[in-house]
Amino acid sequence: MTPGSLFRAVAKRLAGAVAVLLGAATVAFTALQLIPGDPVTVMLGPGTAATPEIKAQIREQYGLDQPVALQYLHYLGNLLRGDLGESYQLQRPVAGLIGDQLWPTVQLALAALALAVVLAVTAAVATAGRRPALRAVASLLELLTVSSPPYWIGILLLTAFSFQLRIFPVAGDQDLSALVLPAVTLALPLTGVLAQVLREGLEAALGQPFAVTARSRGLSVTAVRLKHALRHAAVPLVTLVGWLTGSLLGGAVLVETVFARPGIGALTLQGTTNKDMPLVIGVVLLSAFVFVLLSTLVDLLYTVIDPRLRTG
Amino acid sequence: MTSIDTAPAPDTARPLPAGRSRLRLPRAAGGPTLVLASAVLALIVLAGVAPGLFTSTSPIETDPVNALVAPGGAHWFGTDQLGRDLFSRVLYGARPSLLLGLGATLFAVAGGALLGIAAALGGKYADQALMRLADVLLSLPPILLALLAVIVLGTGSGNVMAAIAIAFVPGYARIVRAETLVVRRSGYVEAAVGLGLPRPLLIVRHVLPNALGPMLVLATVGFGSSLIAASGLSFLGLGPEPPSPEWGAMLSQGRGFLATAWWIGVFPGAAITLTALVVNAVGRRAQARFTRRTTR
Repeated sequence: MTPGSLFRAVAKRLAGAVAVLLGAATVAFTALQLIPGDPVTVMLGPGTAATPEIKAQIREQYGLDQPVALQYLHYLGNLLRGDLGESYQLQRPVAGLIGDQLWPTVQLALAALALAVVLAVTAAVATAGRRPALRAVASLLELLTVSSPPYWIGILLLTAFSFQLRIFPVAGDQDLSALVLPAVTLALPLTGVLAQVLREGLEAALGQPFAVTARSRGLSVTAVRLKHALRHAAVPLVTLVGWLTGSLLGGAVLVETVFARPGIGALTLQGTTNKDMPLVIGVVLLSAFVFVLLSTLVDLLYTVIDPRLRTG
Repeated sequence: MTSIDTAPAPDTARPLPAGRSRLRLPRAAGGPTLVLASAVLALIVLAGVAPGLFTSTSPIETDPVNALVAPGGAHWFGTDQLGRDLFSRVLYGARPSLLLGLGATLFAVAGGALLGIAAALGGKYADQALMRLADVLLSLPPILLALLAVIVLGTGSGNVMAAIAIAFVPGYARIVRAETLVVRRSGYVEAAVGLGLPRPLLIVRHVLPNALGPMLVLATVGFGSSLIAASGLSFLGLGPEPPSPEWGAMLSQGRGFLATAWWIGVFPGAAITLTALVVNAVGRRAQARFTRRTTR
């Protein structure tokens, strides 16, 4: 492979990423146009009587009197400068509001992700290719975790560990112990999916000649699984990166509500109930950005690692 | 059969060769599970159709004297803060909850089928435009898309249904497009095109019937996630109004009473989980059988 073809593949991937982001911004702008009712009235909130002059002034201030195409370009320009607009309800820049609530959600998401990966790898390595009874139990557990609504898992955990056993705090994000139950709640559904994909990958890898060779070189069964098969089994997980980000962010809305935690999810729900479109749009754009960033990075890494993918 | 050392086939009543039953072990293990899952599913659907068959207690009649009674002989699942019988409420909740999930799934699959077939058969530009739009929408978490839709449409059962459907349409559209392309390239469709069959007839007679099987399987597997997502919106307070015994809304109520009455939140959630579990079990079974049949 020449450097030229690698460059072309990378450029193509980056162009695709930019296109998806532009699409997301367009969807966002369209959603803003779809708000029922006059945006100025929504902005002022119910019960505020404003003279037509004041309304016209607001309209001019926000550029709402310009043609839609111009508003669209203006909107894109603002996004490029990191300006996500202003919240209708809270009268503050959306970017600032999100920034204030980002850390608790990032903490929660990272803790849940780490927990899910550890649990899934352990479960998959322990059960792949074992006796049918053991695998049946494992797949039943996987099915159970993907069938349980996260908000219900949260309520069960709260009942057992916070109200009955009093081990963990009921709500809030004061210290690390308050992170445990929300992280477990968010992690369990992910664990089910990850474990299933990993187990199937492991079983495929263990049947390959390289696994047999490694075993015949005298490596223990566990060593073959951990050092050789697991790497191969992890490849399909990469395509799940997008799904993972989505589940973590979407799940945060529910989990933060159950545990009364502050964060992006709680902010989004507040925005939804208040019909605060710019705020929710801001969160949507942020999640699209994170999704595109992660999946592009992963794809690029793979183009560099695996020469077979450089044909594009 | 040839040697007396070989253990006799354990099940002589079945006319299967002894070696074959070993090959089919996973299937044998799935058999009773499938029967059990189907039976439970049938009971849940029956509760949705005629909850009166299982209980004579009203789900909305309040009884303040017997508020927050723990599960026991008189009230199997206990009572809520207004003294309403939770067993009855969970049973009567089957209909609104199942309809919410079912409606969302049907809308999503129908929308996905329409867009997927349009993309596959509508020419290069329609395909490009629709699939790029799907890429964009798939980069957003379904729950966030649904919340956006709720802001535009408003709250309530019908709107939650539509919002969940909108969130899941892009995924279905992509799968249906792939299925349609497979059907499109098959010999009998080529033959029909060669014979000069007009496109609308082609779609109705050949593409739809052949894409229908995979779509039904898809809908079964998708129903579980639709139910969980729709009840989730309802849990967030965006679904049906309070008097309705919808499971997600009941769970949300129960959240306020965890310290004193765990049963208010636990049983409706168990109902959602049980429903999703049996539907997923049946759906995956159907999916496995279907892919085995089509890849053979």
